[in-house]
Amino acid sequence: MDVKVFIPRDTTALAMGADDVVKALKFQSKQNINIIRNGSRGLFYLEPLLELATSNGRVAFGPVEVDDVESLIAHGLLEHNIDKLQNHPLYLGLTKDIPYLAKQDRLTFARAGIIDPINLDDYLSLDGFKGLEKALNLNNQQIVDEVKASGLRGRGGAAFPTGIKWQTVLDAPASQKYIVCNADEGDSGTFADRLIMEADPFVLIEGMIIAGLAVNATQGYIYLRSEYPQAKIILEQAIKIAYDKNYLGKHICTSNNHFDLEVRIGAGAYICGEETSLLESLEGKRGLVRSKPPLPAIEGFLGQPTIVNNVISLTSVPIIFTKGAQYYENYGMGRSRGTLPVQLAGNIKQGGLVELGFGASLDTLINEFGGGTYSGQPMKAIQVGGPLGAYLPKTQWHTQLDYEAFKDIDAVLGHGGVVVFDDTADMAQQARFAMEFCAVESCGKCTPCRIGSVRGVEVIDKIINHDNQKMNLELLNDLCDTMELGSLCAMGGMTPFPVRSVIEHFGSDLVKPSLAKGEK
Amino acid sequence: MNDLQNTSGNADAQLNKLTIIVDSKKDLPGGLLPILHDIQHEYGFIPKVALGIIATKLNQTEAEIHGVISFYHHFRLTEPGANIVEICRGEACQAMGSKQLENHAKTSLNIDFGQTTTNKNVTLEPVYCLGNCACAPSVKVGDNVHGRMNDKKFDKLMNKLTTFELSLSDNKLQENK
Ligand SMILES: Cc1cc2nc3c(=O)[nH]c(=O)nc-3n(C[C@H](O)[C@H](O)[C@H](O)COP(=O)(O)O)c2cc1C
Ligand code: SF4
Ligand code: FES
Repeated sequence: MDVKVFIPRDTTALAMGADDVVKALKFQSKQNINIIRNGSRGLFYLEPLLELATSNGRVAFGPVEVDDVESLIAHGLLEHNIDKLQNHPLYLGLTKDIPYLAKQDRLTFARAGIIDPINLDDYLSLDGFKGLEKALNLNNQQIVDEVKASGLRGRGGAAFPTGIKWQTVLDAPASQKYIVCNADEGDSGTFADRLIMEADPFVLIEGMIIAGLAVNATQGYIYLRSEYPQAKIILEQAIKIAYDKNYLGKHICTSNNHFDLEVRIGAGAYICGEETSLLESLEGKRGLVRSKPPLPAIEGFLGQPTIVNNVISLTSVPIIFTKGAQYYENYGMGRSRGTLPVQLAGNIKQGGLVELGFGASLDTLINEFGGGTYSGQPMKAIQVGGPLGAYLPKTQWHTQLDYEAFKDIDAVLGHGGVVVFDDTADMAQQARFAMEFCAVESCGKCTPCRIGSVRGVEVIDKIINHDNQKMNLELLNDLCDTMELGSLCAMGGMTPFPVRSVIEHFGSDLVKPSLAKGEK
Repeated sequence: MNDLQNTSGNADAQLNKLTIIVDSKKDLPGGLLPILHDIQHEYGFIPKVALGIIATKLNQTEAEIHGVISFYHHFRLTEPGANIVEICRGEACQAMGSKQLENHAKTSLNIDFGQTTTNKNVTLEPVYCLGNCACAPSVKVGDNVHGRMNDKKFDKLMNKLTTFELSLSDNKLQENK
């Protein structure tokens, strides 16, 4: 039997040395060995994860470092000597049975890490383009209705119902409409978009074609952040193949439907993740936020009706058609339907991507999956939903992953980023950073955000330095009010979330109690 | 990335090349960012002369082009060092000690963010998330991300850049990283 080994070409796998492992393996094996560069399964704490194909399925080893290659070969990697390999200290058993993976609901990420991202046959063999096939037999309204019935809400942060957005674009009369994929993934602590674009790019292409069919849009753009060069390479390879095989172009699957797709690269501006700023940037301008209305669905790219959707929203579309809206809708709780790919990050032992139906508690995620902190110190705070999300204290970790449940505690699920901090974290510094980040990334259009954030840093510095703490805390609260109420977009409007959560739940870090006594 | 000095002796050649780049993308809807990316990819930064060419071809003023360039952190108007080293300042990296790493990098390289070492080898930049948040803290050198970074690993990485710079060209550096 041929020796077939899988080693990912995903950014995190590469960042942990996957290329060096490949080189070492090629160098040290005397025979021909078939090394597939797959995407990552998202079990990042195990990267580089090396898998070996066996007659019982793929078995895994990880994390594999260059120095482990010799012992893997000595344990019979190249002879499929499973009896001996089982005794290797990095042996993890069948990949699909690793509890971290087995306990997930892999719907959107069903193929991630299993396939070679740019092998079309791999994609087709695991239901690839089946959703498109179905959509090609439906009319516009039927496609939009299916998305509505799935209950899918935008995964970029605002959780707006995707089907309703599509309906608006469908109903807007225009000769040219656009599909724009928001792949700016600016939230720190998130990597779901990157992971799926690098592991399964065809699913994004398929989702975008279906969106195009739904509203008669013939041109799509993927606005990808410049910080993701590996995703760019893989997406462009996949798009080329899709053109060659007539999934893109003038005659999709020999039909008369037309869809063109292009990757556009951002330029390091967080605000360009906000949809109207993104559209300005895509038009070649400064990324200044537009006032709404008009909605992008009515006047978007170049003033034409445009669907702007997050990567995960669009990559969730194909399975809704392949398996039916009802199948997808059966996952979840309340008004949060389907699955959420949660990203466990920061000071966490087992960081990675966990896709689960809405409803699991934060506790389950950080303990059952995450396994506690990386440092081994007790956990102190969890920031959910990126830099504009609140810091949650232990008393809130029972909260279920559900848009409304998070709203009830003045927090956001956002794009599903979960960043864990241990007890060495100084939450006053985290509050300060929230303001600092807003100052760095503000588009500058409105004063509460542009000036307020700079003042916010100053005021927090004063509080930290015991300068008129009581008065400055009041000032900080006022400032938060002003930013919340007076900002044009959520950049300025939500920066107060993390700040206020620190004041409310970690106040003793901000106003050190022993010193506070001396204050008037 | 080409060294501009190679071409500055021949201003005409440079103008030609810039014109070709701008012409190839100027008719794209919203083509300015793709043009700027191509130019920066070619030279490592946007040379001043490019602004006039772009402005003319896109029917905009130089001030407008400058306004766009200055809005984006990624674009630069001055020549960077041979290697751009970006240190992630995002929250997931903070939770894993990136502040300490940032201080170490600045001290050991003896530069602040936005500056270049005197030997022109390294330009240090902040970055806000590299999508490697599960294996933080993260650092990016050129197009390559490095995870679970610490002071010692950072020094090793920087040493490698200096040694390689002496013996190999940029292209080979990519292949032999
Ligand atoms: C400051 C700011 C940054 C944002 N960044 C992103 C981002 O990086 N990716 C994203 O998909 N949405 C981001 N959004 C949300 C978008 O504005 C928009 O809601 C989203 O792209 C719509 O797609 P969806 O309905 O599929 O979520 C951001 C919003 C704001 C206010
Ligand atoms: S809130 Fe900030 S980022 Fe949003 S429009 Fe105003 S200045 Fe721009
Ligand atoms: S926060 Fe540093 S890589 Fe994401």
